[in-house]
Amino acid sequence: MKDSVESYVTDDGRTIGGVMLDLRNITLRFGGVEAIKDISFNIREGEIRAIIGPNGAGKSSMLNIISGFYKPQEGEVLFDGVARPPMPPYQVARQGIARTFQNIALFEGMSVLDNVMTGRMNHMNASIFSQAMWFGKAQREEVENREAVERIIDFLEIQKIRKTPVSRLPYGLKKRVELARALAAEPRLLLLDEPMAGMNVEEKEDMSRFILDLNDEFGTTIALIEHDMGVVMDLSDRVVVMDYGRKIGDGTPDEVRGNQGVIDAYLGVSHD
Amino acid sequence: MSSEFLYGIEVIINGLMAGVLYALVALGFVLIYKASGIFNYSQGVMALFAALTLVGIMEGQVPFSHLINAIFGTELHHFGWEVPAFLAIALTVVVMVIFAWLVQRFVFRHLVGQEPIILFMATIGLAYFLEGVGDLMWGSEIKTIALGLPQGNARWLEDVTSALGDDTFYGFFVRQLDIVAALVAMVLVTALIVFAQYTKQGRAMRAVADDHQAALSVGISLNFIWVLVWSLAGVVALVAGVMWGAKSGVQFSLSLIALKALPVLMLGGFTSIPGAIIGGLIIGVGEQLFEYTIGGPFLGGATENWFAYMLALLFLVFRPQGLFGEKIIERV
Amino acid sequence: MFYREAGDFKTSYEADSQTFPIAFDRYRYWVILAVAYLVIPFLINDYWANAILVPFLIYAIAAIGLNILTGYCGQVSLGTGGFMAVGAYSCYKLMTSFPDVSIIIHVVLAGVITAVVGAAFGLPSLRIKGFYLAVATLAAQFFLVWLFNKVSWFYNYSASGQISAPERMLFGAPVTGPNTEPWVQYMVCLVFVTICAIIARNLTRGTLGRSWMAIRDMDIAAEIIGVNPLKAKLTAFAVSSFFIGISGALFFSVYLGAVEVGEAFGIQKSFLVLFMIILGGLGSIFGSFAGAAFLVLLPVLLKVIGVDLLGWPTDLVSHLRLVIIGALIMFFLIKEPHGLAQLWRIAKEKLRLWPFPY
Repeated sequence: MKDSVESYVTDDGRTIGGVMLDLRNITLRFGGVEAIKDISFNIREGEIRAIIGPNGAGKSSMLNIISGFYKPQEGEVLFDGVARPPMPPYQVARQGIARTFQNIALFEGMSVLDNVMTGRMNHMNASIFSQAMWFGKAQREEVENREAVERIIDFLEIQKIRKTPVSRLPYGLKKRVELARALAAEPRLLLLDEPMAGMNVEEKEDMSRFILDLNDEFGTTIALIEHDMGVVMDLSDRVVVMDYGRKIGDGTPDEVRGNQGVIDAYLGVSHD
Repeated sequence: MSSEFLYGIEVIINGLMAGVLYALVALGFVLIYKASGIFNYSQGVMALFAALTLVGIMEGQVPFSHLINAIFGTELHHFGWEVPAFLAIALTVVVMVIFAWLVQRFVFRHLVGQEPIILFMATIGLAYFLEGVGDLMWGSEIKTIALGLPQGNARWLEDVTSALGDDTFYGFFVRQLDIVAALVAMVLVTALIVFAQYTKQGRAMRAVADDHQAALSVGISLNFIWVLVWSLAGVVALVAGVMWGAKSGVQFSLSLIALKALPVLMLGGFTSIPGAIIGGLIIGVGEQLFEYTIGGPFLGGATENWFAYMLALLFLVFRPQGLFGEKIIERV
Repeated sequence: MFYREAGDFKTSYEADSQTFPIAFDRYRYWVILAVAYLVIPFLINDYWANAILVPFLIYAIAAIGLNILTGYCGQVSLGTGGFMAVGAYSCYKLMTSFPDVSIIIHVVLAGVITAVVGAAFGLPSLRIKGFYLAVATLAAQFFLVWLFNKVSWFYNYSASGQISAPERMLFGAPVTGPNTEPWVQYMVCLVFVTICAIIARNLTRGTLGRSWMAIRDMDIAAEIIGVNPLKAKLTAFAVSSFFIGISGALFFSVYLGAVEVGEAFGIQKSFLVLFMIILGGLGSIFGSFAGAAFLVLLPVLLKVIGVDLLGWPTDLVSHLRLVIIGALIMFFLIKEPHGLAQLWRIAKEKLRLWPFPY
C-alpha cells in the first residue's frame, strides 16, 4: 500500500510527495438528505487522484467541498497539514486550488483571452486608481500576466481562438478554454470535474495528454472525476470509489479493479 | 380601553384594507410569474389601462379619438351613448384578453428561454408602451369611475365601535369603499383558488408552473396557458384598477401605487399565493403603523412612499428566499 | 476598402490591448474628438446646447455609469434617478458651503459622495440577485427622493423646496448660473464626458472589468475561480454611482440651474437611463453614447415632426413617444439585446470584408 507519509517515486519516474490535502470524516447534508456520509481520503503532492462512482454518488459535491463552495456539516479539511477554517471560495482559490466544472462554467460574454486572464485574478493587485488611468502598475501587470497567459494558450494550442467570444466555440474547445482558465491561476491542486465528458476519442486523447503533461512538467497535483474507466485507470495513481455518498474503495487502479464492493456498485447486485 | 390604543387599532384596520389591494395586485404578478417565469413589471400599468378602458367604454368615448382627430382633422369624441356597467365590464375583460393574446403573440413568444432579467426589462418596456397606448386611446386627464360604489365612511361601524372606548373615542373610521374592496378581493382570491384547484385549465396551469417540459410532454399547450394567465392577470388588474380608481381617480399615479406589489412579493415570495396575501397585509399594516407612530410625528410624513421598499430590502438581506420560499440550494 | 486590420500587426501586448485596435478606428476617434473640441464650440447656439448637446453629454455620463453596473456587472438598478439626486444635492451643498472652491472640485466630490451612497445601497446585492435586486434598488430611488424632499437642510431651507445653482466662475467665465454661455456649458460637460469615458474604458478592459463581467456571466463560477464577489459588486456600485453622481451634479448645476427633486430625479429618470443602455447596448461604452444620443434626439425629432410640422397637440406627441420608446425596448430586447452598438459592430464586420465577403 502507498499510504505511508514518505514520498516515493512512481514506475514512470515521477516523485509523489507527502499529503497535501486531507479530508477527514466529511459529512454533507442538504436539508434531510445526506449527500456525503463520513468520507475520509487524502490527496498527495504531485499525484493524479481520481474520484469515480455512479451518478449521484456525491463526487461533484466532494469537489465543491474541496473548493470551499459547500460547507460540510461535519469533518474537516486539512491543507498542507493545517485545518482550513471556514472561508469563502475565492480565498480557497487564493490558496492555490483551481478547478473546472462539470457543465462548462465559462464567462460566455467574454473572449477566450479575457476568460483566461480572469483565471489570473489572484496574481494581480493594482489599485483601482492605477487601473482607471491605465498607467504604472496596472499596465505593467497587464502585460506580465498576458505573457503568462500566452504561455498557457500555447501549451493548450488555442492560439487561433484567443480573441473569439467564448459563446461561439464548440463544446470541445470550451472544455479546453476552461482548463486554460484554471491553469492560468498556476494552481498547486487542480480539480477537474469530468474533463472528458461528451468528447470523442480524439479529443479525449488530447485532453489526457494535456493532463499528463501538466502533471509531469509543472508537478501540478490533479484530482479528477471521470466516467471513462479506461482513462481513469491509465491516468491516475490512486482512485477513490464512491457510491450513495459513501466511500466504498480507495487504492491504486489495480487494487480498485479487484475490489468486490466496487464491482457490485458498477455492475449492480441484488440487495437481499 | 384607552382611545390611543383604539386609534392604533383603527390604523391597523385601514392598513389591512390597503393591504388587501396590494395583495390583489401581487396576485396578478404571482399568476404570471408562476406560469411563465416572467416578472411582470407592467402589472400596475395594466391596472391603470383596465380602469381607463372601463371608464372609456362606459362613457362611450371613441378610442384613439385625439389621434384620429389630429390626423384627419375630424372632431370625434364620443359615440353619444352610455354603456351599462355590467356590459362595460364584460367588454373590458374582452379587451384584456385580447391584450393578453397580443402580448403573448408579439412579445413573449419571442423571448422564451431568455434570462429572467431580460424578461423583466421587456416588461418595463411593455409598461411604457401600454401607458402610452392607454393615454392615446382614452386621453390622459384624470377620470372618475361611476360604478355606484359606496363612498364615504362606514357609519354603522363607527356607531357600533364607539362604545368600545371612552368619550374621546368616536369609533373606527373605515371607508365603505375599502370594505367593499376587501370583500371583492376575497371573492376574487377564492374564485382563483377554486379555478386553479378544480378545473381542467386550472390543473394545466399548475402543471405548467411546476415543470414546463413535463407539462408540454403530456400535451398541455404552453401558449394557451400563458395567454390564460395573462388574461387572468388582466382581470385581477381590472378589479384592482377599479377599486383604486374609485378611491383616488383613474390617473398615472395609480400605476405607481400598484408598484407596491413588488415589495409585497419580495416579502411573500414570488410563487406563493398565500404569501402574496400575507405579504400584502404585512406591507399595508406596516406602512400605516410606521407612518402613524414614527413617520408622521418624527420624520415629516409621507414615509409610505418608501417604507414598503425599505422593509422588503432589509427583510431580503436576512432571508433572501422570502417568507414562504424554500431555501435556495445553489449548484454549479 | 480602407477599413482593414490586415497588415496592421501588433508587436507588443500593450498595442494589442488598446482601445481601437484598427487604425481606421483610431483616426476616426481623433477626428471626432477634434470636431467636438475645436469646431462645435464655435458653432453652438442656445437651442443646440440646451435641447440636444448638453443633455446628451450629461446623459452619456449617467449611461456609462449605469452600463458599468448593469451592462458589465449584471446588476440591474432602478435607482439611477435617486443617485443623480445625491450628486445634485451634494454639489449644491458643497457649492453653497465652500463658495471659494472651484466648481470642478465640487462636481468631482459630488461624484465621490454618490459613490459612497451607491456602495451602501449596493450592500444587499451580496445577498439578493436579479430582479429581486432591481426591486431593492427602488428602495434607494424612493427613499432618496423622499429624503431630499423632506429634510430642508438639503435645500438650505429655501421656501420653494428647490435648489438653484449660484454663479460660479472658471477661468473668468461663468459656468453656472443664468449668465452661462452655451459654449461654456458644452465645454465643461464635454471635458467631463471625455475623462469619464476614458476612465470607464480603462477600468472595463483591465482586471476590475474582467471581475465585473465574470460576476455578470456566472457569479458562482467566478467566485470559485477567485473573484471576490464583495469587492467586484461594491466597486461596480461605487464606480457606477461615481459617474451617475457627476452627471447629476452637472445636470443640476450646469444644465438646469434649478431643480426640484421629485420632478428632475424621479423614477422616470431611472427608466430613461436604463432605456438608454438597453437601446444603446449593454456592456458597451460606445453603446452608452449611442443610447443617450438616441433618447435625447427622439423627443426633439418627434416634436419637430409632430408639433411643428403636422401641428399635433403636444400631449398627443408625448403619448406617442411613450409608445415608441416602449415598443423599441421590446423590439431591441427581442431582436438585438446588445443594442445599437451591436448593429454598429455588425456593420463594421461587413465593411471589413467589403467588397469581397468570402
